[in-house]
Amino acid sequence: MDKLKPFLIKKGAEANLYLADWHGKKVVMKKRSPKKYRPSELDEQVRAYRTIHEPQLMHEAKKGGVPTPTIFLVDLANATIIMEFIEGKQLKWLLGEATEEERQSLCLKIGELIGRLHKNGIIHGDLTTSNMILNPDDKIFFVDFGLGEKTKELESKGVDLHLMKRALQSTHFRFAEDCFEAVVKGYSKVLGAKNVRDILDKIREIERRGRYIAERKAKSE
Amino acid sequence: MTKKKASEQYCLGIESTADDFSVGISTFEGEILANMISVYMPEEGGIHPREAARHHAEVASKVLEEAFTNAEIKPRNLSIVAFSQGPGLGPCLRTGATVARALASYLEIPLIGVNHCIAHIEIGKLQTDAKDPITLYVSGGNSIVAAFDSRRYRVFGETLDIALGNCLDVFAREAGLRQKVGLPFGALVEKLALKGGQLIALPYTVKGMDTSFSGLLTAAVNLLKKREYSLEDLCYSLQETAFSMVTEVTERALAHTEKKEVLLTGGVAANKRLQSMVKVIAEEHNARFRTVPTQFAIDNGAMIAWTGVLAYQHGAVTPIEKSFVKLRWRLEEVEIPWIS
Repeated sequence: MDKLKPFLIKKGAEANLYLADWHGKKVVMKKRSPKKYRPSELDEQVRAYRTIHEPQLMHEAKKGGVPTPTIFLVDLANATIIMEFIEGKQLKWLLGEATEEERQSLCLKIGELIGRLHKNGIIHGDLTTSNMILNPDDKIFFVDFGLGEKTKELESKGVDLHLMKRALQSTHFRFAEDCFEAVVKGYSKVLGAKNVRDILDKIREIERRGRYIAERKAKSE
Repeated sequence: MTKKKASEQYCLGIESTADDFSVGISTFEGEILANMISVYMPEEGGIHPREAARHHAEVASKVLEEAFTNAEIKPRNLSIVAFSQGPGLGPCLRTGATVARALASYLEIPLIGVNHCIAHIEIGKLQTDAKDPITLYVSGGNSIVAAFDSRRYRVFGETLDIALGNCLDVFAREAGLRQKVGLPFGALVEKLALKGGQLIALPYTVKGMDTSFSGLLTAAVNLLKKREYSLEDLCYSLQETAFSMVTEVTERALAHTEKKEVLLTGGVAANKRLQSMVKVIAEEHNARFRTVPTQFAIDNGAMIAWTGVLAYQHGAVTPIEKSFVKLRWRLEEVEIPWIS
């Protein structure tokens, strides 16, 4: 087999992804490049923080029953993570092509996986259908935990699910509502109806925020 | 006396969603003939909706008169009246809506309710020649990243709590700064930030394409009270952190949508540092960068007038009985027939 030279597979906003050969394994190198618009100090802080936390969260997610690529190496100096390459297709494309029935079952499964993350106190931080890959064994892998965090706070879970909803609305607006409904159904299978009610209430609260608040005082001491 | 062509058609737009009361007049071809803005600036504290509404009611007739004088037309020359129907502060919106309804009924011409956020994007496009941009709209009331896709503007990112402009305003107020007409809080913070240079660690909160500024504001205000750092350094750090956050999410949306233009608008768009940051990401993605001139970036009547024209030309008229204001009217709820 020819040795694979690293080549760019995705120029993202936050990081570039390269497909590469690493000791005979097909891997993805995720490199967070410096951002010129930020002051370099802030830029280094942000990139280092995300490079350390992302692999930790991916590992935790895997332990919690959510498929994620295996991490091989974290190169902090270069803000680079080397991880397993997942063969498959992004859900972003699949949802659009799928039949109504397939779409429902995919979304149900997505909901279950988000439920498992949250049950284990993992917040993904960027739940979009571009960050989910269906492999040939019909397993959905979650990737890109760069904006994630570990917390059991209701607020964070609410924001996480709210992001999923918003991502569906902006990318899959034709069937966003049905999709989100199925996601919530899958989610409640894992977390139970009571927890889900609380989280849905939270989402409504979040949605009411942010736009036109007449007066707000800083919560200072 | 009017030197305008008799065949020319005009739309008058009334903007009153928050602290500004403004009247703009646009021709149906998009020539802005007037854009008069009266700002309500409280002595202390933030915007009190009822106080702001009282200001709007008091200045309404004067601002209308100025607009007609500037445009050199008479009320009877108008073809339509547009008003900002939402989102915004209830009492303020209602004041503008009342003026618009009165004018439309008296002149017996159609009334058009316009979404404030969409108007910001449309006037921005008109003034900068942008065709299909990713828009970063940052003001005292909104922080939104939006772009057009399939009949509607879609919100890709927005604030999860307070708006970016609000964050800067409250910080400035807590620091005891005094704004005046022509020198708002944002400009005061910008000036001080230029003299700062030490970056103080503050919460940097990006969630997906959304941002949060309340934790940042609280942390900055707490540091301010401890008096360990200079106000200049705090202003600098607050700006650098907050602007980096919105620039990051704009870049994410840009990478996601692959649009070829970035439009920066809203009151905060006047900030040179923010402009330079957004310009960097636009260039990196081979997109053209456009900043909306300040008089059309802040809340203004011209944007309502122009968007009213677009809506009217595509058959969207608001019957008086359906002209109630919508306090939380999201921009993606509106179908946009004028973009194919």
